[in-house]
Amino acid sequence: MKKVSISFTLNGDAVTAEVPVTWTLLRTLREFFELTGPKEGCGAGECGACTVIIDGEAVNSCLYPIPEVEGRTVTTIEGIADSDGTLHPLQNAFLENNGVQCGFCTSGMIMSAKSLLDHKPDPTEDEIRTSIAGNLCRCTGYVQIVEAIEMAAETVKQKG
Amino acid sequence: MIDFDYKKPGSVKEVLSLLKDYGPKATLIAGGTDVMVNMRNRQLSPEVLVSLRGLDDLRYIRKNSGYHIGGLTTHRMLEQSDMVRTELSALHDGASRVGSVQIRNVATIGGNICNAAPSADTAGPLLVLDAVVVLEGPDGRRRVPISEFFTGPSKTVRKQDEVLIEFDIPEEMEGFGSAYWKHSRRKAMDLPILGVAVAVRLADDETVSDVRIGLTVAAPTPIRAYKAEEFLRGKRLNDDVLEEAGKIASSESSPRDSMRGKEWYRRDIIQVFVPRMARLAAERLRNQ
Repeated sequence: MKKVSISFTLNGDAVTAEVPVTWTLLRTLREFFELTGPKEGCGAGECGACTVIIDGEAVNSCLYPIPEVEGRTVTTIEGIADSDGTLHPLQNAFLENNGVQCGFCTSGMIMSAKSLLDHKPDPTEDEIRTSIAGNLCRCTGYVQIVEAIEMAAETVKQKG
Repeated sequence: MIDFDYKKPGSVKEVLSLLKDYGPKATLIAGGTDVMVNMRNRQLSPEVLVSLRGLDDLRYIRKNSGYHIGGLTTHRMLEQSDMVRTELSALHDGASRVGSVQIRNVATIGGNICNAAPSADTAGPLLVLDAVVVLEGPDGRRRVPISEFFTGPSKTVRKQDEVLIEFDIPEEMEGFGSAYWKHSRRKAMDLPILGVAVAVRLADDETVSDVRIGLTVAAPTPIRAYKAEEFLRGKRLNDDVLEEAGKIASSESSPRDSMRGKEWYRRDIIQVFVPRMARLAAERLRNQ
């Protein structure tokens, strides 16, 4: 199987992956970089567990061919806390507000929410629900997740 | 996953040359939200994927003697464009209801149309906006009205060696109001049970000077309801007229029973939503 060498920015670092040309970004993140935050739920863009941010926009990494990642900037759940370990306001808010049950959807939920807050620091509840409409939680915890995102938006706003 | 090679051409010319070299062994991939899923399901097993994602100059929404939308324009770009929302409202309604934010960020309008699902959410809107599909092949460009583009489920007049360049929407559409209803069980991540698009232009006396009705999942391809359109011309959009137009549109359709809905239900939905979308399109026109 033909391999390719793909260089991009991953969670702030310049990296190069040598992987089969047929791999997706998700498989590369999990199996080459051993970043297991992004999950494979459906593998078909339905569940959002694999959500990462590419050049500022939330995408399903399970549908993203690795050759397309060349030169781009990728952020995963592993890259959003500060380097000193201080959690991102969204991570804190999910913990404080019980926005996590089994945890499988959580990294995708947080990445979708982060993409929203990066574009729109003061979203309405409707905008929050639209932003996570492509992220399925099968523990049925959406109310606490929405409240956690509202809480995080408030924290980000206070910090200015 | 099966073995394949992946080509990333940087221009339409290079794409055409790759399509010529590999012939039917090559499959075009744009946003990949259909192609990647079909490959995973083994419904598609190309030897070479030819990516269109490098053609950044085909991502645009322009107004210049009509409207021009590049084939690689994402659903998210259409959703976030004020011009599309206010002037091509049906297309905004359709594009913003596809999949999820993650899907809309990569999925392209060219891909939605070339994939030719009978349920494509941008097909009904493009039908009533009278869009022309611009294709480029080895012999240059050709223009195909969208009403002649679809030939069956997943089938179009696009030849294997052609690339979709853009959609042209005529200048006269500026005088229309339009709306699209996606009838589905969930608000997101769902395909329509039925889609109804209407574009209408009113004369000074509030009679219909022109109207177009597009239906999706109502036949093997997206269709126009020409008889209902003809019936509406010259009339005022009152309750009786609209009810009759809904009945006519329903009789012109040929929906089938499927997992998502029964034929009789789809016919009922056409009757209900042709009048509602006509009213909404007219209301938007008055508010322009």
